[in-house]
Amino acid sequence: MELLSFEPPNGRGLSLLHGLANSVGIAFGSFGVGLVIGIGGAYGKLYGGPVVRDLLEVYTTVVRAVPELVLILLLYFAGTDLINQLLTALGHAAIDINGVVAGIGVLGVVQGAYSTEVLRGAILGIPQGQIEAGRAYGMPPGLLLRRITLPAMLPFAIPGLANLWLIATKDTALLAIVGVNELTQTTRTAAGATKAYFTFFMAAGALYLVLTLVSNVVIGRIERWARRGMPSIAGAH
Amino acid sequence: MTVPGTAPALKDTAQNGAAEAIHVENLHKRFGELHVLKGVSLSARDGEVIAIIGGSGSGKSTLLRCINCLENPTSGIVRVNGEEILMKADSHGHTVPADRKQIERIRSKLGMVFQNFNLWSHMTLIENVIEVPVHVLGVKRETAIATAEKLLARVGLAEKRDVYPAYLSGGQQQRAAIARALAIDPRVMLFDEPTSALDPELVGEVLKVIGDLAREGRTMVLVTHEMKFAREVATHVVYLYNGLVEEEGPPEQIFGAPRSERLKQFLRNVG
Repeated sequence: MELLSFEPPNGRGLSLLHGLANSVGIAFGSFGVGLVIGIGGAYGKLYGGPVVRDLLEVYTTVVRAVPELVLILLLYFAGTDLINQLLTALGHAAIDINGVVAGIGVLGVVQGAYSTEVLRGAILGIPQGQIEAGRAYGMPPGLLLRRITLPAMLPFAIPGLANLWLIATKDTALLAIVGVNELTQTTRTAAGATKAYFTFFMAAGALYLVLTLVSNVVIGRIERWARRGMPSIAGAH
Repeated sequence: MTVPGTAPALKDTAQNGAAEAIHVENLHKRFGELHVLKGVSLSARDGEVIAIIGGSGSGKSTLLRCINCLENPTSGIVRVNGEEILMKADSHGHTVPADRKQIERIRSKLGMVFQNFNLWSHMTLIENVIEVPVHVLGVKRETAIATAEKLLARVGLAEKRDVYPAYLSGGQQQRAAIARALAIDPRVMLFDEPTSALDPELVGEVLKVIGDLAREGRTMVLVTHEMKFAREVATHVVYLYNGLVEEEGPPEQIFGAPRSERLKQFLRNVG
């Protein structure tokens, strides 16, 4: 147990927590990036022209077809390489891309593809008359999105988005393979250094579990708020 | 039935050179191969109540929805408040509003009431009623709330101000939707079969609210299946058949002495 204490040099608790913080940060960031891509993607797929729709279809199909680990390797190495080549071509010096930032970018692209589909379905779930009422009263498209479409689709999107959030928290572990200092990577380092594999991986598992439990509480609150205008199904609450 | 004497008084003032609030001229609407409106003209002066009647598929809802471009007319002229809605052809050859800002400005002067109420489900009644004044028209929130409370009281829903629409009956929702339309102080109110989705026992409460508005001189265009009601409140009745105006005139003529065989047939069927 002293291996998990917060006192260095023997206690590795702090570095695990640091890894957890990075994991949560990456999950949060990539989920957010995914949401932004998803809103744009869903809108594009529903209301865009044929070219936009085709491009988005390619994006969601490819990203959802290729295993995430492959995508991470591809986007992480090829992506950072590409950015640096671009920078050199434009006469700038190559930069060292921060692992956390790269992780957010890579997982954000993955999350965006799934978010696009979740949000597209949710927008289709809104009674269309509510959107029509917004148009009939002269709401410009931006206001309509912000005041009507997004809040009205939320109840339909929350179950799917909650899944995506939990997947995001666990997908951060895949970034260990490219050496990002998140929870799994710090656990692996600590376990390798001390040979206490069982202790550290159980501890990491427990931390992921806590993260999920806390998430469930928060998601439950958000869902109750999002469904405020909807009568609960008899006996459900 | 109310006393038939109340409506004619309105009719006289309406025709005495009041400004034209809605002007529709030779309107055509096609949905692909389907030619729904085949050249319809319509006019509503201030204070007039125009009732549009007709069988299902006659194009009456489409006509109403073309006035605020919820459907884009294929050709023809629509003027609201004397301002013609500018249309253009898009890349697919469909006619669309040429100027989004113009159509938004015009829409914000037309209070639309839908068959299915279409209240925003994530907002309470008071939030529904202040939404457009605050976010589209730029009215101060406190002012909008004060107005909205009066309007809700007027339609008999004062105590429901903080309730979400899903917890209300259809009649209550439609009355709230009317309050939402009144909140923008509309130049014209557009009613698209406002009682068709209601249980029979709830129709009366909604018609009473609409009738009161008509009697106080609100300009409205009303698509309805309620013939008795149309006869009672309308200053002018338009009977559409198969995308064309088959017959129009004052309610006494349309309901009392219809000339067209189709209209006679229609009135026998619905009456």
